[in-house]
Amino acid sequence: MLANERQGRNKIHPQKFALWAACASIMMMFAAFTSAYIVRQAAGNWLEFRLPDIFFYNTATILLSSLALQGAYQAFKAGKAAWYKGLMVLTFFLGLAFVVLQYEGWQALTRIGVFLQTNPSGSFIYVISGVHAAHVLGGVGALVVAMMHAFLLPFKATPRRKLRFELVLTYWHFVGFLWLYLLGFFVLTGS
Amino acid sequence: MASTATTTTTKQYDEDLLIEEYGYDDHFHEHHHGDKYQSNFITTYIFSQDHKIIARQFLITGMIWAFIGGAMSLIFRLQLGFPEESLAWLKPILGKWITINDAGVGTLAPEFYYALVTMHGTIIVFFVLTAGLSGTFSNLLIPLQVGARDMASPFLNMLSYWFFFLAGIIMFYSLFLNTGPFSGGWTAYPPLSALPQASSGSGAGMTLWTLSLVFFVVSVLLGGINYITTVLNLRTKGMSMWRLPLTIWAFFVTAILGLLSFPVLVSGFLLLMLDRGLGTSFYLNEIFVGGQALDHVGGSPILYQHLFWFLGHPEVYIIILPAMGIVSEVLSVHARKPIFGYKAMVYSILAIAFLSFIVWAHHMFMSGVNPFISNFFVIFTLIIAVPSAVKVFNWIATLYGGNIRFNAASLFGIGFVSLFISGGLTGIFLGNSAIDIQLHDTYFVVAHFHIVMGVAAFFGMFAGIYHWYPKMFGRFMNDTLGKIHFWGTLVGAYAVFWPMHYLGMAGVPRRYYRFDNFDTFSHFADMNMFITVAAILTFALQVLFMVNFFYSIWYGRKMESKNPWGATTLEWTTPIHAGHGNWPGKIPAVQRWAYDYGKNGREFISQIEPLAEGEGDQGH
Repeated sequence: MLANERQGRNKIHPQKFALWAACASIMMMFAAFTSAYIVRQAAGNWLEFRLPDIFFYNTATILLSSLALQGAYQAFKAGKAAWYKGLMVLTFFLGLAFVVLQYEGWQALTRIGVFLQTNPSGSFIYVISGVHAAHVLGGVGALVVAMMHAFLLPFKATPRRKLRFELVLTYWHFVGFLWLYLLGFFVLTGS
Repeated sequence: MASTATTTTTKQYDEDLLIEEYGYDDHFHEHHHGDKYQSNFITTYIFSQDHKIIARQFLITGMIWAFIGGAMSLIFRLQLGFPEESLAWLKPILGKWITINDAGVGTLAPEFYYALVTMHGTIIVFFVLTAGLSGTFSNLLIPLQVGARDMASPFLNMLSYWFFFLAGIIMFYSLFLNTGPFSGGWTAYPPLSALPQASSGSGAGMTLWTLSLVFFVVSVLLGGINYITTVLNLRTKGMSMWRLPLTIWAFFVTAILGLLSFPVLVSGFLLLMLDRGLGTSFYLNEIFVGGQALDHVGGSPILYQHLFWFLGHPEVYIIILPAMGIVSEVLSVHARKPIFGYKAMVYSILAIAFLSFIVWAHHMFMSGVNPFISNFFVIFTLIIAVPSAVKVFNWIATLYGGNIRFNAASLFGIGFVSLFISGGLTGIFLGNSAIDIQLHDTYFVVAHFHIVMGVAAFFGMFAGIYHWYPKMFGRFMNDTLGKIHFWGTLVGAYAVFWPMHYLGMAGVPRRYYRFDNFDTFSHFADMNMFITVAAILTFALQVLFMVNFFYSIWYGRKMESKNPWGATTLEWTTPIHAGHGNWPGKIPAVQRWAYDYGKNGREFISQIEPLAEGEGDQGH
């Protein structure tokens, strides 16, 4: 009764809310980068080049990883231990693959002559995708902890473990969404 | 292996049960008299997770930094006021930055003068008035006044302090570099900050400055996330948002401002670091150094200014809003009257916070931004005067007809209002881009911001310290010394900064090392001397405050009752020496708003007292 009353009053768990606040903060960092990009672009001396295709293909990697983790979460709630563990491992490898393929994207940029120092238009691509990749790696770290929970603890869907899983899930979707925003931004501003 | 796993699960299962039973915020329930994590000295006083200890850590660290930052200002004031006098006696402290000639006259190295100005700004703005003010009082008051056992995440809260500490260590270390600390101004504009060869402080000094501030931002974000989450999620039963004391509203909005503006600074710093280290051209353009063109092409230093001031302007509200919240509460308690216009106060905090994000370019009127764009920023800057005036009106109306107790806390609160008016009015001049052409980069600007956000924020902080000192240490500070501190500081602060308006209107520029070689400014020598003497005397009074502060921790008058000021808010319902978890039994439920003073013929009615039959609550 007491518990119900409290849960009714606090619709969202504080840790989850704190995560959303942190996401808002991270979002502001990228808002700053992309605004700086627009301001700098308007000032001229801006090298135009086509974004290497690999950045587009790679979007599929991170979207698939989001789907996989969502699947793992559903399996966790439904008590399907094998699916839960399997999909989580899949997410982990897709997450790593995303970072590796982003690195390939930077290699592709250097092949068309766009290096970090060449022109601010290229520098921005490196910096923005680099800082994003760092945030993805943070998520991969969280996935490692989640996998340790999955493999080392007996399978049991307690509220606390559900909460922890949801935190990882929310952050993982967030970095995926962030990449969609950044890619859309690069396309719309036409580099 | 298997047994470990089982133990962990059992422990978790217990935790889950507790959560089910008490709600997640009540996990101190079973060990509220000094919980199990605080069994020894180190975990109680050093790596503490108790918000009340963390608040004291922020306060004392902030005070140490205030002493360092203030002492620096005295050194450069000596240089400005007495440019001919020998500073040889500072040699033991400043070492090679004092050069002594054959006649035995010591002079301050000009590059170190700039380092002192830079460090004074950085230290006071970030370490004292952000961490020392918001860090102290948000930590102390948010859980106590909303009715929570601790912050949403006590662990992150502890990390917040230690990141601040680390930032401080790095900044302190940079003071002793052979090439000196960073000297390009607290705003760190490129190219001075972006080219390591630009000045002696631009090398290692700038690297450490940036590193320190990045750790500082981490501290602000960890703290801010906690403050916001605690206010929104951990309020006790009955504590609706409209029943929150204005302190909490102010800390809450401050934390939101920090959370949304500091990451932008980090972005700006990252681009700066890449320009410094990896040869990019975000801010650097074709610059000739020693006849050689650098490799950088087409960068824009203005871009940095935009990113910096997008933080920089909200930052001044991050400094002043907590002071406003504290003053609202202190004035209401000591005037024995409800705060006048509670909701108008809340809405004006929100309006100021919103406007603070769309006025940043008023710091850049003279940097070549389009004058048509300036118009936009002028209008929104001037509109900030409206919510600010609402707040001033409400403070005065709160005092009007009150049965005011004149003690150190309330005097500093009233002093805050005076300073905020004096400094705010000059803001209206500076906010006009046309008048700014004359006034920018003069002492008029220095006078404006020192009064409105420097001294005023310090007054808010002092009001808070005198008022909540019994809550923090269980003893009172000496009130007579407090009143001497107040009157001396009020007169002293005006004596220091009022004349600077005249200097500024006459066109005396900021940041100059000495003025005695300029005929135009030579007749201001006496005024500069006067300002310096006033600054020294005012600083001496702050030493008196520090003595009072530390003496009273051990020898001050003891607190005999829980609620010495007769205040309505929840922090005064906890025991005098509350353990981690704040309330020994259940957390009290809140029945009414925070400002029932002089109601129903009673002097005050605590927030936990149920409404009488047929009594209306203002908090809805």
